[in-house]
Amino acid sequence: MTASYAELFSSPFMQRALLAALFTGLAAPAIGTYLVQRRLSLMGDGIGHVAVTGVALGLLTGLSPTWTAVVVAILGAVAIEVIRERGTTNGDLVLALLFYGGLAGGVLLTGLGGQATTRLQQFLFGSITTASASDVLVTMALATIVVLVGVGLSPQLFAASQDPDFARVAGLRLRAYNVLVAVLAAVSVTVAMRTVGLLLVSALMVVPVATAQQLTRSFRVTLTAAMALGVLASVGGLALSAVLSRQATVAPGPTIVLLALACFLLTWPIGVWRRRRRRRAEPFPSGSPSGHAHIESHPHRHGRDCGHLAVPHDDHVDYVHDGHRHAPHGEHYDEH
Amino acid sequence: MPGVTPVQLTDGAIALGGRPIVRGVDLVVDTGEFVTVLGPNGSGKSTLIRALVGLHPLSRGSLTLFGTPSTRFREWHRLGYVPQRSGAAAGVPATVWEVVAAGRLSRRRLLRPLGRADRAAIQDALELVDLADRRLDGVDHLSGGQQQRVLIARALAGEPELLVLDEPTAGVDLHHQQVLADTLGRLRQRGATIVLVAHELGPLAPLADRTVVMRDGRAEYDGPPLPDWLGAHGAPGDHHHHPDPRAHRTRPLPDLTAPLDRAPHPRDGHA
Repeated sequence: MTASYAELFSSPFMQRALLAALFTGLAAPAIGTYLVQRRLSLMGDGIGHVAVTGVALGLLTGLSPTWTAVVVAILGAVAIEVIRERGTTNGDLVLALLFYGGLAGGVLLTGLGGQATTRLQQFLFGSITTASASDVLVTMALATIVVLVGVGLSPQLFAASQDPDFARVAGLRLRAYNVLVAVLAAVSVTVAMRTVGLLLVSALMVVPVATAQQLTRSFRVTLTAAMALGVLASVGGLALSAVLSRQATVAPGPTIVLLALACFLLTWPIGVWRRRRRRRAEPFPSGSPSGHAHIESHPHRHGRDCGHLAVPHDDHVDYVHDGHRHAPHGEHYDEH
Repeated sequence: MPGVTPVQLTDGAIALGGRPIVRGVDLVVDTGEFVTVLGPNGSGKSTLIRALVGLHPLSRGSLTLFGTPSTRFREWHRLGYVPQRSGAAAGVPATVWEVVAAGRLSRRRLLRPLGRADRAAIQDALELVDLADRRLDGVDHLSGGQQQRVLIARALAGEPELLVLDEPTAGVDLHHQQVLADTLGRLRQRGATIVLVAHELGPLAPLADRTVVMRDGRAEYDGPPLPDWLGAHGAPGDHHHHPDPRAHRTRPLPDLTAPLDRAPHPRDGHA
């Protein structure tokens, strides 16, 4: 049995698929982090839908669907950015318009070309195991560009996404960076198209970021962790689907996405617990009511590790005891 | 270059989406001055200050920053901008240090790692706003007043000559307003030039060298701090909604009108 697994994973098509998955897993969260930071988590989905038209255009004209998808996705992404900047329409409404326009256009064009829908399906839901050597090379090259720019320009992209007004006053060409993020998002959508498919692309861009930030509090760590989780999900999901495919037909694309979501479900309770603990330990607002009550006879002695929640309050510590706030004061406790 | 006027606005007008918001404003800020721009909501004070840092174009008039016409101004590191607090937290967590480090961007070149001077400036800025011990905490863990100080530190990290603050006290409790005032006081002692917009000064009042009062898009008053405002210092909960004392005198009626009355505001003339 082990020998046959080794055989499976050493076969050329599987090796190509693993390479493509590795690079996709790195690139998608690298740009997805900036989309989440801008609260544009669904932008990858919008671009993915537009790219459907690009793929159909390629199938119709006989050009390479990958490259027509890249071009149309970039045009769509820049369109989203321009409309967003003009600010005349709600950001999410623009995305909705592009979702439906892109998907309808793609299906219509595929019908016109008389192509079997199975061909389009390869792009909608991914077909990583049918990737040719040149497909994989293109994927690797584009993914490398996305990662290099996303990590190399991270100080600028971070500032532009965090606080656009401040970034402009710091002398950044805000529009250029916004378009850059849009173009990179479009490129990584087409990169991930072969792996998880256009309809699931956004998951690989956003879910690892959502997972990472349950555990992190710094941007840098979030970005790095998201990329690691992206690789874990895409390579792990592909391997898992290959192993399971011996029993039943298990498609790699959905397996990758479900694995990414499983990681999120694992970390989410930890995130909830951390947020709760932080909220409870937040310092009490400063000042205290005049004429607070004394508790002369308090049987318990508060201190480090006494088991009661210790919350900073101005220059001392209040201990939360049975819904009360006890502040040590000489020999007794004050009720704060 | 000391001696060059940091801000010189002559007959400035700003229109947003074709609507004139600010009209006919002259404003000169000299090196080392602490100027407060006051006014009620909607008076155009934030629009004015955003135009000073280049976020809105002038529809009329001329603006020079450090002697350079604003359209040709590129020395962004001389300018430190503290926007309204909304920008501190975003969709992805970031530490205090990371947000403050963004303040070095005006001095950094592309693809260069942070140098020793950058790190020292970031550390200085954190210490000045008294948040050095919180540097590795997430920004979204901080209180409103602390987030405001993070944004000030971010501006200071670029070692600017002119600091422009937009409503730094909005939504900050009185205790933290006092901490903020102490921070700005230290900066003032260092000789910083500061322009600050607020709709109430509170503990910041004693710091001002000069006050500009905006009303309805025009600068209605430009001169020494108004004694009325100084009086507001230290009186918790004392909200002044009519910053110009003259307004009290010229207003014939209190702000109470029956629903069917046409509010007879003196500035409206015949409504």
